[in-house]
Amino acid sequence: MSYTKKDLITTSNLTKDEIFHFLNLAKEFKTLNNSDVKKAKSLYGKTTVNAFFENSTRTRTSFEIAAKRLGADAINFSSSQSSTKKGETLIDTINNIVAMKTDIVVVRHYSSGAAKFVAANTDAHVVNAGDGLNEHPSQALLDLFTILEHRGNLENLTVAIIGDIFHSRVARSNIYAMQTLGIKVKLFGPPMMLTGMEAFGCRICKSMQEALEDTDVIIMLRIQLERQDDEVAFPSVREYSNFFGLTRAKMKFAKDNVMILHPGPINRGVEINSDVADDPRYTHILNQVENGVAVRMAILHTLISNKQG
Amino acid sequence: MTTLIKNATIINFNETKKANILIEGETIADITTDEPKADIIIDASGKLVMPGLIDMHVHFRDPGLEYKDDINSGSESAVAGGVTTCLPMANTNPINDNAVITRDMIAKAKARGLIDLLPIGAITKSMGGNKVVEMGDMINAGAVAFSDDGLPVASSDVMRYALEYSKHFGSFVINHSQDCSLCRGGHMNEGRVSAILGIKGMPREQEEIMVSRDLLLAKLTGGHIHIAHVSSEWSLKLIKQARDEGINVTCEVTPHHFTYTEDELMNYDTNFKMSPPLRTKSDVTAVREAIANGLVDVIVTDHAPHHDDEKFIEFDKAPFGILGLQTLIPLTLNLVRDGLISYEKMVELTSTNAAKMLNLKNKGVIAKGMLADLVIVDPDMEYVYDKNLNKSKSSNSPLIGKTLKGAAVKTIKSGKVVFDFPNVVA
Ligand SMILES: [Zn+2]
Repeated sequence: MSYTKKDLITTSNLTKDEIFHFLNLAKEFKTLNNSDVKKAKSLYGKTTVNAFFENSTRTRTSFEIAAKRLGADAINFSSSQSSTKKGETLIDTINNIVAMKTDIVVVRHYSSGAAKFVAANTDAHVVNAGDGLNEHPSQALLDLFTILEHRGNLENLTVAIIGDIFHSRVARSNIYAMQTLGIKVKLFGPPMMLTGMEAFGCRICKSMQEALEDTDVIIMLRIQLERQDDEVAFPSVREYSNFFGLTRAKMKFAKDNVMILHPGPINRGVEINSDVADDPRYTHILNQVENGVAVRMAILHTLISNKQG
Repeated sequence: MTTLIKNATIINFNETKKANILIEGETIADITTDEPKADIIIDASGKLVMPGLIDMHVHFRDPGLEYKDDINSGSESAVAGGVTTCLPMANTNPINDNAVITRDMIAKAKARGLIDLLPIGAITKSMGGNKVVEMGDMINAGAVAFSDDGLPVASSDVMRYALEYSKHFGSFVINHSQDCSLCRGGHMNEGRVSAILGIKGMPREQEEIMVSRDLLLAKLTGGHIHIAHVSSEWSLKLIKQARDEGINVTCEVTPHHFTYTEDELMNYDTNFKMSPPLRTKSDVTAVREAIANGLVDVIVTDHAPHHDDEKFIEFDKAPFGILGLQTLIPLTLNLVRDGLISYEKMVELTSTNAAKMLNLKNKGVIAKGMLADLVIVDPDMEYVYDKNLNKSKSSNSPLIGKTLKGAAVKTIKSGKVVFDFPNVVA
């Protein structure tokens, strides 16, 4: 069963079949990406625009490569928070982009709900590449793809998401998709980063030990050091690292075959120490980056197929 | 000129009775079972006649932000909602912090002639939170109370002075209760829904902390504190305790806070974005209980128009506030339908108590000799609240396009019919 919605905004309404549709398709595109001629034609003659209202070189590049490998003309449009203060609204900006016969708009925006708002008010296909603190569905799909690829299945899994859960769109999208697949999700982080998180129905851990024990996959979240200005910040990076960071010493609580994922880029020595981050036994961070392109090809391909079908 | 309202079911705060109302000029000349001759005859069979509603909390955006609403369109919205007296808040541009602006606002409303406009002056100059306004001068110009609504008065010392000084003039202070040091840039209630949406929240304790401070300052000064738009269970507990202890406190609630919970925000609909924000089921239940058991003094709308463009935007960028005047009657009637209050209590909450608090001796009751400010209500009429009915320049109400039950079908201000519901014969 393939995916038939116009846009991909959230993982919260994806069915199990739809999630596997994306993962299976991503597998095909990964094979293509590893061949000599990394080119498909499903987006030939189409235009995708990466409309990024918040900086993210990684995600933007990943979507750009994905679109180009499928034969599309991929255009980057970026607008910082300050330049949108000139008076043009988000919808005006998007409608200008769409008026230039754009087929897919990939939106990254600093406001939660922005991608949904854009999707509801434009005819183009919209992919949410991260909206505020809300969601980042392609990241969740690439995390699942990486786990599936490594383990061969997604059965009987326990995943711990650790760090700044409240401010994490990666966490929200992962929680929704994982719960749909029957994966148990545990959450851990400093209390001010767990505000209201009972809402997701996940187990909230009281210690790093509890988070790591009997866990198959650890997702370490990025601490947004730059975002702490307007917040009651945690007391210090040093203290964060001691109590909430992943170090070699704490790995003794984890299973031997545990996988570690991180949406990147890592703050080395803060949420994760280099001795763990670079340990090839655990880490899958670069696999995630590679898989991101394949997953995003699957997303773009699917949305365009919907239009033609 | 004389008008006779025939077959009226008159609802006062203390009685319901069938009678005819004879109006001569601006006043009620008689309440009678006779049928005296009159120039105009209105048959109110099957309808309820209530004292004109008094809304103690509106924003008319005039002067300065007339593209959202102005005193004229605000007046039209008011009478279309059965409201004949409005208290506009001071957060205009320039701010209503002096007698000149107060006089201008009153004059503009008089010229339009639909409602009585009783301005609320700012507590502090430019709403800067530092220096208390010339309250005496403003009262002489027609101001009836003081509030920096929209902004809390952060300084306890300034608030103390405002309470003492307003008391001297027999007036009172209305605070928008918010401890902003606990805000963290919140856009909605902090809790389950804000967690899911990834929107920063405002904990209810932010309101409760400020409510407790103001109650203590009222205790200190003996001044009258009126708590605006109470939205949380604990605020109500604190107010109850203070009142039981004899502190001079009154409070108001809005229809949106007794009707909706934060769950309405799940789709990032900016028309549900307001301050204080929609809260949880237990808060809504507490507000409704407080209405039923008499703790709440008045129901107000906090009518807060914003232009469509300002609300058609990312949720965290949109301003706080929704329209309220034309949905006051149908939403308040829901309380009657739910068995929470009687029609008499509805009148008390939407008119009589406000008249008492504001010392308006000729309003709030339908009786011989009172000003003929009346609203004829059809409690059962169903209609779509659409853009044609909406009299505001703005349309930021989640109820636009929805079917409502109950409306003002005819509004009478100082003896003159100032509103007729389109195509309805009252
Ligand atoms: Zn207010």
